[in-house]
Amino acid sequence: MPMNGTHGYRPGLVDLGSGQISREIFVNEDIYAQEQERVFARSWLFVGHESQIPNPGDFFTSRMGEESVILCRDRASKVHVFLNSCRHRGMKVCRYDEGNTTVFTCPYHGWSFGTDGALAGVPFFREAYRSALDKAKWGLIEVPGLCVYKGTVWANWDASAPSFDEYLGEFRRFLDLILDGWDGREGQAELLGGVQKWVIPCNWKFPAENFSGDTYHNISHRSVDLVGAGPSGQSRRDYSELNAARKLHVAIPDRGHQTITYMLPKDYEPRPAYQNSPEVAEYFRHCEEERRKRPGANSRMIGAPGEIFPNTALLPRQPRTLAVWHPVNAHTTEVWRFYFVDRDAPKAVKNFLRDYYIRYSGPAGMTEQDDMENWNYAHAASRGTIARRYPYTYEMGMGHAVENYEWDGLRMPGRVVDLTKAQASEEPMRNLYRRWAEFMEADNWDQLMTWRRQAQAQAAQ
Amino acid sequence: MARLLLTQDIAQFLYAEAELLDERRHDEWLDLLAPDIRYWMPMRRNVKFGETDREFTRETDDICWFDEGKDTLTRRVRQIQTGIHWAEEPRSRITHMVSNVQLLDASPDAGPAAGVRVKSRFLIYRNRVETETDLLVGKREDTLRRDGESWLLARRKIVLDQNVLMTKNLTFFF
Repeated sequence: MPMNGTHGYRPGLVDLGSGQISREIFVNEDIYAQEQERVFARSWLFVGHESQIPNPGDFFTSRMGEESVILCRDRASKVHVFLNSCRHRGMKVCRYDEGNTTVFTCPYHGWSFGTDGALAGVPFFREAYRSALDKAKWGLIEVPGLCVYKGTVWANWDASAPSFDEYLGEFRRFLDLILDGWDGREGQAELLGGVQKWVIPCNWKFPAENFSGDTYHNISHRSVDLVGAGPSGQSRRDYSELNAARKLHVAIPDRGHQTITYMLPKDYEPRPAYQNSPEVAEYFRHCEEERRKRPGANSRMIGAPGEIFPNTALLPRQPRTLAVWHPVNAHTTEVWRFYFVDRDAPKAVKNFLRDYYIRYSGPAGMTEQDDMENWNYAHAASRGTIARRYPYTYEMGMGHAVENYEWDGLRMPGRVVDLTKAQASEEPMRNLYRRWAEFMEADNWDQLMTWRRQAQAQAAQ
Repeated sequence: MARLLLTQDIAQFLYAEAELLDERRHDEWLDLLAPDIRYWMPMRRNVKFGETDREFTRETDDICWFDEGKDTLTRRVRQIQTGIHWAEEPRSRITHMVSNVQLLDASPDAGPAAGVRVKSRFLIYRNRVETETDLLVGKREDTLRRDGESWLLARRKIVLDQNVLMTKNLTFFF
């Protein structure tokens, strides 16, 4: 066990040769503590959406790992992410979930900070500090890395991390499936009001690996499939087009992002869907038609669950949502779920989707409820002294991933397992934990940017 | 006097409804719901004093914990009844405490279609599997509609006194 350290993750705890992973990585509190430093303090984390802070002074209180942060737009309209803690004695300077302000005032000793983070007011500055305090040094702590991508806001505590774009790598197209409009236009996603936040009793990696692409857990959702919660009231989802599609696992090996995805044939004709309401059916018919006309691979892709390393999960379509698995402690996770619709969709379409999202996802979601029960008791049953001696198997589909996968004229990036016949593989989970082990072992981002070394080596040849 | 009797009648209805839920007689519980029921549970934000208009997520517009009609409530019951809804299998042990029953407005003489608005407090205790325990406390605002000798629940707004939901799921009814 890596009690003090940094090494021994591979092949000890994460043995990718045999496809076995120790239960320790889920339940060990020392490993959890190291994750805060080695994974969460170095990774790009999702903090919110620009539409939550449209005006100067708007703020949304978010979270990065265990810690509270403030996403805010300053008076000059610049977007910032600050640690939500006063520089003087640590009190939270904002305990509202959202709002608009000109200043964040600490309720303890009264230090106040502008929406640009600058320390503005210090009580008894002249008398008690003799005007000697260097206010420029004591502004709110700001993340060194910030990126607004198609409205979504991402932040990183490590100044040496690569840009968000480079961090995403070839996975970007899968994130686009959620952020672009249903008709394929760029960046049309709008956040519905209200972020679901709830606490679940398991390690954050249980949901992270599930959303990485677990197509093997049909029994979990058998009950909702029987009673029907899909957009037309049947099953969980309505995806008649999937019968014509290739079902794939795509894993981006040097980034740790992975997803399920579907590829439609080149000449695919959209079929009628969402038939319960003529207005809704017409909207999606129109969007599908527009989407197919667009150049680029995504016009033939259908998004499905995926995970951006380490803790942001995407569901691009049914429902259309991003979730963040915030670590609370080794045994507890706080989930934040954000729901999206097309910005200019008719009200009837937004309502229809909202109703579906609520009955599918979240703590009252007829699908997600059963996932959480499994993660809860899988975690609990992995904590015992005896249980910890026995690793989990992740060997499903080992040796069956291919690179340069191509079908009907469309190429996929990364390592791909064709699931059309196989139904399931554990390639995405192996990809997640390979990257996780790299983060736990690496001392800095230089070591983590393996793709740059490969590029340099190729150039040298 | 008429108001006192009505209050008593309504309170008895609410207790009987809770009894059906706690005794897992969900089919009979569904019979108490009007065909056009709206069952709504907003989420709650921490907001600045004076900004109470943004404290609750909005009905029909925003994401909520629940925003249901009879169709989806019925599906939720059916899901429990499959016996393979793992989040409720094995079944939870649940008790609803209902109190502070207050009539908000009522028109007992306005004929059979008359509605009554009633506010109450709930305390829901859930225990499941071995030691898992949840406690949920809050307010309900109901609209009841006359149905012969009894009542139908036509609308229920549920206000839970929590911000981050401290319960892993909401597989039960309020």
